[in-house]
Amino acid sequence: MNEPLSDNRLHTDPEIEGFRPIARRDPAVQTAQQRDRATTIYERSVEGRRAFVPPALDVPEQPLDELIPARLRRSEGPKLPEISEPEIVRHYVRLSTRNFHLDEGFYPLGSCTMKHNPKLHERVAALDGFARLHPLQHPSKAQGALELMWRLQGALGEIAGLPHVSLQPSAGSHGELAGVLLTRAYHEDRGEQRTKVLTPDTAHGTNPATVTMAGYEVVKVATADDGGVDVEDLRAKADDQVACLMLTNPNTLGLWDRRIEEIAAIVHDVGATLYYDGANLNAVVGISRPGDIGFDIVHFNLHKTFTQPHGGGGPGAGPIAVSDRIEPYLPRPQVVRRAPENGGEPRFDLDYDRPKSIGRLRGFQGNFGTFVRSYAYIRSLGAEGLREMSETAVLNANYLLAKLRENGVAEHLPAAYDRICMHEFVLSGAPAKRDLKVKTLDVAKRLLDHNVHPPTVYFPLLVDEALLVEPTETETRETLDHFAAVLRDVLDEAAEDPDVARDAPYTTPVRRLDEAGAAKRPVIRQPL
Amino acid sequence: MSRYTSATDADRAAMLEAIGVASVDDLFADIPEKLRLTRALDLPAGLAEQEVYAHLRALAARNVSAADEISFVGAGMYDHYVPALVDAIALRSEFLTPYTPYQPEISQGGLQVMFEYQTAISELTGLPVSNASVYEGPSAVGAAGYVARTANKRPKFVASAGLHPHSLETLRTMSHGYGTEVVELPLRDGATDPDALAAAVDDDTGAVFLQQPNFLGAIEDLDALAPAAKATGALLVVAADPIPLALLKPPGESGADLVVGEGQPLGNRLDFGGPSFGFFAATEALLRRMPGRIAGETTDVDGRRGFVLTLQTREQHIRREKATSNICTAQALNALCGMVYLAWLGRRGMVELAELLVQRTAYARATLGALDGVALLHEQPVVREFALRLDAPAERVRERCFEHGIDPGLPLEGDGLLVAITEQRSRADIDRLAEVLGAAVREERRERAAV
Repeated sequence: MNEPLSDNRLHTDPEIEGFRPIARRDPAVQTAQQRDRATTIYERSVEGRRAFVPPALDVPEQPLDELIPARLRRSEGPKLPEISEPEIVRHYVRLSTRNFHLDEGFYPLGSCTMKHNPKLHERVAALDGFARLHPLQHPSKAQGALELMWRLQGALGEIAGLPHVSLQPSAGSHGELAGVLLTRAYHEDRGEQRTKVLTPDTAHGTNPATVTMAGYEVVKVATADDGGVDVEDLRAKADDQVACLMLTNPNTLGLWDRRIEEIAAIVHDVGATLYYDGANLNAVVGISRPGDIGFDIVHFNLHKTFTQPHGGGGPGAGPIAVSDRIEPYLPRPQVVRRAPENGGEPRFDLDYDRPKSIGRLRGFQGNFGTFVRSYAYIRSLGAEGLREMSETAVLNANYLLAKLRENGVAEHLPAAYDRICMHEFVLSGAPAKRDLKVKTLDVAKRLLDHNVHPPTVYFPLLVDEALLVEPTETETRETLDHFAAVLRDVLDEAAEDPDVARDAPYTTPVRRLDEAGAAKRPVIRQPL
Repeated sequence: MSRYTSATDADRAAMLEAIGVASVDDLFADIPEKLRLTRALDLPAGLAEQEVYAHLRALAARNVSAADEISFVGAGMYDHYVPALVDAIALRSEFLTPYTPYQPEISQGGLQVMFEYQTAISELTGLPVSNASVYEGPSAVGAAGYVARTANKRPKFVASAGLHPHSLETLRTMSHGYGTEVVELPLRDGATDPDALAAAVDDDTGAVFLQQPNFLGAIEDLDALAPAAKATGALLVVAADPIPLALLKPPGESGADLVVGEGQPLGNRLDFGGPSFGFFAATEALLRRMPGRIAGETTDVDGRRGFVLTLQTREQHIRREKATSNICTAQALNALCGMVYLAWLGRRGMVELAELLVQRTAYARATLGALDGVALLHEQPVVREFALRLDAPAERVRERCFEHGIDPGLPLEGDGLLVAITEQRSRADIDRLAEVLGAAVREERRERAAV
């Protein structure tokens, strides 16, 4: 989740301590991919080439000037590339080979739940009846799509233990914004103007960012020694100005908060809502439900728990489930099932008649294509399979943690909290940095040479040199063993010569990049 | 038995032993007994792949898609042809299955696509800065509002009624949180009136929102509107349809500070409304207030050209409550589809496509406007969409057309009808629409006369 700007000066400035070129840094020794300099599609453009052939003009042609006055038009067409289809294919296929991806290998990126994306899902999402369905189609002619949404709402509500679901938000952070705006509407409806929202210091950055966007002040709550919320600190900060506590449980340390009941009681006692950030829901589906604990609002990350392919940065979806007291304020429209008065088949419809609604958060009905995939997933797994999904995710995480203890990795990268974890765990790289002179960033970069995606690094902020590891349930025991062995190798190598990791990676299409320079002198488009 | 996992009973036993617990249940010991679900989730049992496929196929078959009828509905999303090339590239595992490119050394493909995409969006909008995508159109308008709010902290937005109703509503939803009021400015003759805009804008106005072409299809005269919008220092936000931008003066050249919009027309399927992508472009002055990911060019330690996510100190994972936006996951794959589509259209092709739409739209507008009981709602110049006024109840006219396999367009308040043309609607389709729409209006008028 979290990647601070890397300290690339270490690699470009000989004056800085630790800079020592080693043989493997010799630019003359390059892989074929490294020799192949990046060329953009614009640089491949040759005047006169083309891929698109327009359909024939089948209506009487009128002078363009008579249809659109010249002063409203642009002086020349946008300078898009001129390139043939075979060359477009070559270009993007070449680029694709410069991406690491989940279908290629292990991706234990903590808090991101990089589980397998079933191939069936792309097939069903591409059916014409879904893919070419216009969002403003008359509801009577979109019954299958609305039924799918209605069924997905029901399934998510059951999983959350909260009966009312809106599928509209487009990502986790969008669900968070919905949740905080719902909280605002709830309090305003009661004549209350509250000013603060509490977020633990372990929270994802989206939580405090959301709070500000929704017009509240962020108040941070500390973390106790066992990794849970510091209940005394919470008690001290919970007052009648607090609108909401946003909580991730299991939290970003991969730990279930043992004092969750107390926390819920404190929050409800001051009249605030309790918000469940569903980023880590993959640990507890079918095992424990946020609604049963007392959460009022939950968001789901369909692109995490419910396996939407992540697409290199989206699309995702962030549906929300809420309790009865929050229901009147849900975004509109809501998908509803209406039973006809004279009996017969129920009809599915979009309900706009929601006078207390916070309104829309986006156009149309949400990221429907992601609903198709997640619905297919829920139907494939069923109740039992979903529970086994979470059990296996937690089993895999604890097994990997055990392996790291067993093979000695934990000596240099110890678990930040030495207890049974949920679906992910945090290692601290502080001992490795101190004893082996390799930072977490170096370990991560060296993993790239082993064709393994590194864990999330430098998050949560609470843990020094953090590595947040989430293996997910779809990985085999062999893969976990292999990862443990690779980490062991990286540390052994560092013990002999820390520069190996400090100068890594060596085999990737490009090596460490000058991120500081990129931010200082931003080049974010190609001059054409 | 869970799908897509590999742990056998033997694996499980060995793994539990390595962990040092007796059962999987022991792993959940931190969860108090009373907070555990003691029953199975009330969901149907799992199904075999072919059963799931059959079920989904049956649901899909209960929808009438643009493949099943001749549809003239647009209003923000358009039934353009998506070339096979787009699917072939976007379905590659290398683009489909990675996460956000936090490790740039192994994400050069995705990062370079973002860089190419940002370049294309700058070309279309006439603004030097583009991010790598936001969720979709209306929420992009909302996000632009938040940029304005953080830039000048003024308490009022002025939004033209030519804005898509979903954009207007989203802007209201989001701005309610931070306490900015949205004032709606009515249209005059189908377009935003510069004098009325000048009168509505004052020192409290933080931003003015226009749409190009507007919701009724009319091309707004941005050169005339921009001075009125910006007279008191407000930011000018233009929500644009990207296909018409092949022909229209880029809003950035007319003085827009932010140009945002719905990216679906660029190589993304309808998908009942999403996922698509939102584009978001800005002036240089607003670079550090931008929401979302931005890819930038740089070099590696050996001097090779490469790409990274840049200016991350704007973002939530670094800046937390001081971030310019809360956005994290956006719509990278959909933006990639947009980029591949733009490369496919190419420099001349995009203009040719837009010109074809202009010609067919002019033909359709003249043909339909000449029908009895059908008039033009406005006479402003249009590109690919126009509004009619029917002398009959529009909803009922639409339903009559359904019986003939035609969706004539989106009914508007006051018996308007918003009609959109894509390259997939031929002259023959338009002629058929004229026949069916003419008859439907006639029938409705006859029924009314009989009553």
